[in-house]
Amino acid sequence: MTQGPVLLSVRGLRKSFGATEVLRGIDLDVHERELVFIIGPSGSGKSTLLRCCNRLEEPSSGSIIVDGTDLMARGTDINLLRRRIGMVFQNFNLYPHMTALGNVMLALRRVLKKPRAEAEEIARAALARVGLADKAANYPTELSGGQQQRVAIARAVALDPKIMLFDEPTSALDPELVGSVLATMRELRESGMTMMVVSHEMGFARAAADRVLFMDQGEIIEQGPPTQIFEDPREARTRAFVQQINRH
Amino acid sequence: MNPASPAAAMTNWQAFLFTFFDAKTMATYAPKIAQGFLLTVELAILIVISGLALGLFLAVVRSFRIRPLNWLIVFAVDLFRALPPLVIIVFFYFGLPVVGLGFEGFTTTWLALTLVLAAFAEEIFWAGILAVPKGQWEAARSTGLGFLGTLGWVVLPQAIRMTIPPLTNRTIAITKGTALGSVVAVAEILSTAQSAMAESANPSPLTLGAIAYIILFVPVVIAGRWIETRFAWKR
Amino acid sequence: METLLDLRDAFFNLDIILRASPILISGFWMTLKLILTVVPLGLLGGLIVALLYTVPSRAVRWPLIVYVDLFRAFPPLVLLVFIYAGLPFAGYEISAFAAVSLGFFLNTSSYYGEILRAGIESIPRGQVEAARSTGLSKWQAMTWVVLPQAVRNVLPDLISNTLEVAKLTSLASVVALPELLFQARQAQSLTFNATPIMAAAIVYFVLLWPLVRLLSRLEHRMIASH
Repeated sequence: MTQGPVLLSVRGLRKSFGATEVLRGIDLDVHERELVFIIGPSGSGKSTLLRCCNRLEEPSSGSIIVDGTDLMARGTDINLLRRRIGMVFQNFNLYPHMTALGNVMLALRRVLKKPRAEAEEIARAALARVGLADKAANYPTELSGGQQQRVAIARAVALDPKIMLFDEPTSALDPELVGSVLATMRELRESGMTMMVVSHEMGFARAAADRVLFMDQGEIIEQGPPTQIFEDPREARTRAFVQQINRH
Repeated sequence: MNPASPAAAMTNWQAFLFTFFDAKTMATYAPKIAQGFLLTVELAILIVISGLALGLFLAVVRSFRIRPLNWLIVFAVDLFRALPPLVIIVFFYFGLPVVGLGFEGFTTTWLALTLVLAAFAEEIFWAGILAVPKGQWEAARSTGLGFLGTLGWVVLPQAIRMTIPPLTNRTIAITKGTALGSVVAVAEILSTAQSAMAESANPSPLTLGAIAYIILFVPVVIAGRWIETRFAWKR
Repeated sequence: METLLDLRDAFFNLDIILRASPILISGFWMTLKLILTVVPLGLLGGLIVALLYTVPSRAVRWPLIVYVDLFRAFPPLVLLVFIYAGLPFAGYEISAFAAVSLGFFLNTSSYYGEILRAGIESIPRGQVEAARSTGLSKWQAMTWVVLPQAVRNVLPDLISNTLEVAKLTSLASVVALPELLFQARQAQSLTFNATPIMAAAIVYFVLLWPLVRLLSRLEHRMIASH
């Protein structure tokens, strides 16, 4: 597969919470249009890695460069940069006091300062893209978990991000609702979006990921194409983890 | 059957009516009490506006988490929650003039009750801000909204909604404190009723005052009851 | 420097504090006595209101709602003045202490009643059913199963109201009951110095601050759990 230019570059990233070191020197390049899938046992640091990539978590040391801009540099306007890094959360985190449309429009209006009509047009297009054009006027409590997560994806997509981070996007969903969210992510991937996904959906990884990263105890243990990681892992820890997952 | 007893009861009843519901006295003093009513309403509205605004402002300042500033806010809030409002009014009215800082009764009552309401409101708003899940902050920040933008567009609307029931009850309780103004010569309902009673040597003006309070606050208490059920938070 | 000394003389005057301390202390005891009279009485009245409210009859409930809303609507000071200054016209002479106790009882029992009612209603029906299924009587189920949980659920509100009642006692000064604030004002008008009022304020604060702190913790936990 031909690789595009590097979009996200992480070097020597470390993160400690008090005395415990959660990330112990991560080096990682994500290329344009690439889907990087991160697996690992709980507590391995995969969510923290993702959250460092838009500085929701403040790294202890190391560098992160997104689309040519140094995330850690003093002069960087983090809020401007963040709108180019979309994030989707495990618990959706939709704003309960706004409709689906309002959720998608907020940052368009208040961060990008788009006029109402234009913001609404963009927001409706984003909702249509995730298959929820007819739910624009509904409040989050009136939507199923799968629909809420798709609104959350639309909220991120509407800002036209360069890269999207997915933090266990289907973990909080009932099994029958997972499919719709994965289908939306598939569609996004096919449209050429660069994505980093932390998830346990191995089927999705096999079908859609370019590269799978296995993390344990704050380090990247092994990485490679999905077939290699799932069928022929080199490291013992990876093998043990993959076997455990397959048993379930 | 003793025919005298119903008649005697009748006279007692009439005496009671004459004492507490004397139409002539009531008619004489109704305009004055109506004026007191308007002053009470004016005072209450001013207190609600300034108290809630100051409380919200302090809660927002507190969310910046500047240590020494927050200690100061917490101390002031505790102080005005612990002190009886009448003590504060008396202190402002009788204590401050000693050092040349005198306010008239209306200003004193307004200021004291504003500070009390602001203290309670700050505490309630702050609890509401803390109760908004962390994920809401993260989601908003991840779309590029700044601290104030997140606070204003995402967190406060949810926090305020959560705090409406306790805030309503507290606000009602504190606006009833306008009656304390009678102690420092504010011509509100109670004070006008009391001086009318002294003047006419009849308690009917007091009855009239009580009726004025019922007209003013019973709807408010019932509205508070309704708001409490209406805004019970559903997620 | 000059102004600081002036302030000290006006608000923290040691000489005046020493002279006023006997009447301030007697005022403090009266305040305590009031609190210890009104709080238990109000709680008892409130409990009766809340228990009566569980009777499924409109004839019982409507008068209760009227009672509770009426006495919550009246500013306590208005109630107090009405009782103290009004009742003598009807031929009932009443002492200041009795007037204060009665006025605050009406007010406080309404608030406690409303709080306890909400507490009892917050307990799921299944609790009563479970208790009855083990052979407990209606009253036993209420006493041993429902009330303990109800009180725990509304504990912050009960404490908050108790704090309000404690502060309420200062209104007794208006009907010349010699409690803390009344005595402080007496001392202040005799000396034309604000120290006695300052001293009273400090006493109130020291007395009630622990309650405020406790309350603020409980309230945060309550709102956070919603």
